[in-house]
Amino acid sequence: MSKKANKTPEQQQYEQLEQKHELKRPVMKNCIRAFWVGGLICVVGQAITYFYIYRFDFTEQTAGNPTVATMIFLSMLLTGFGVYDRLGQFAGAGSAVPVTGFGNAVISAAIEHRTEGFVLGVGGNMFKLAGAVILFGVFSAFVVALIKTLLIMWGVI
Amino acid sequence: MLPMFFWAFVIGGLFCVFGQILFDVFKLTPGHTLSLLVVMGAILDGLGLYEPLVDFAGAGATVPITSFGNSLVHGALQEAEQHGLVGVLTGMFEVTSSGISAAIIFGFIGALIFKPKG
Repeated sequence: MSKKANKTPEQQQYEQLEQKHELKRPVMKNCIRAFWVGGLICVVGQAITYFYIYRFDFTEQTAGNPTVATMIFLSMLLTGFGVYDRLGQFAGAGSAVPVTGFGNAVISAAIEHRTEGFVLGVGGNMFKLAGAVILFGVFSAFVVALIKTLLIMWGVI
Repeated sequence: MLPMFFWAFVIGGLFCVFGQILFDVFKLTPGHTLSLLVVMGAILDGLGLYEPLVDFAGAGATVPITSFGNSLVHGALQEAEQHGLVGVLTGMFEVTSSGISAAIIFGFIGALIFKPKG
């Protein structure tokens, strides 16, 4: 609120004008698209999971690993042929939230920066977008696991 | 088998709707949204809530990025059970190694065979 107080009347007027002309995001439509595209990606993942359970003797618990790897392989192909970008424009979070979106972030950054060379370009920029996910995933997992381990050691739970 | 596909669709879809709401209503960038979802997954697993969800919805819970946080915590806890506190560090990537290695390997292969567009 303090921000608003510092603005001149002209700036406030402009802000109102801006808000009037700003495009309203079609939240409902976006959510429905995200729902069915994201759901379908998970159905594909489920099919791959069953494939690994029945063909390669993985259990329900361990089949998640090869499934994730396969999904990332598929997202490499889709990203390389430019399909995933179009899917992303259509489905928003529906294509970003599944692990294929994580793969897409890594792979598209790798492809995009290859003109800068393999070491500084591809190597340096590969985790430009996905790095945040890894950082906060690892750090929060560390905190959570540490707390839980300490609680177990002290006999609290 | 069929109900599993159904629940994978519904739960996986709901995760994506949650992400979409964070995009549209709370105006977060994709980076912020995905980071938040990963942290959520880690906390849910710490509370012991993610495992039942995986049993119930299969890929609907393992494919969204929240499962990344979940498997990080899982690996750390598994190892901590055997080796104590050090296990939290050494076991972190135990379960989730396939996702990270696949992303690195296929990312590099992708950069080798595909040319940037535009």
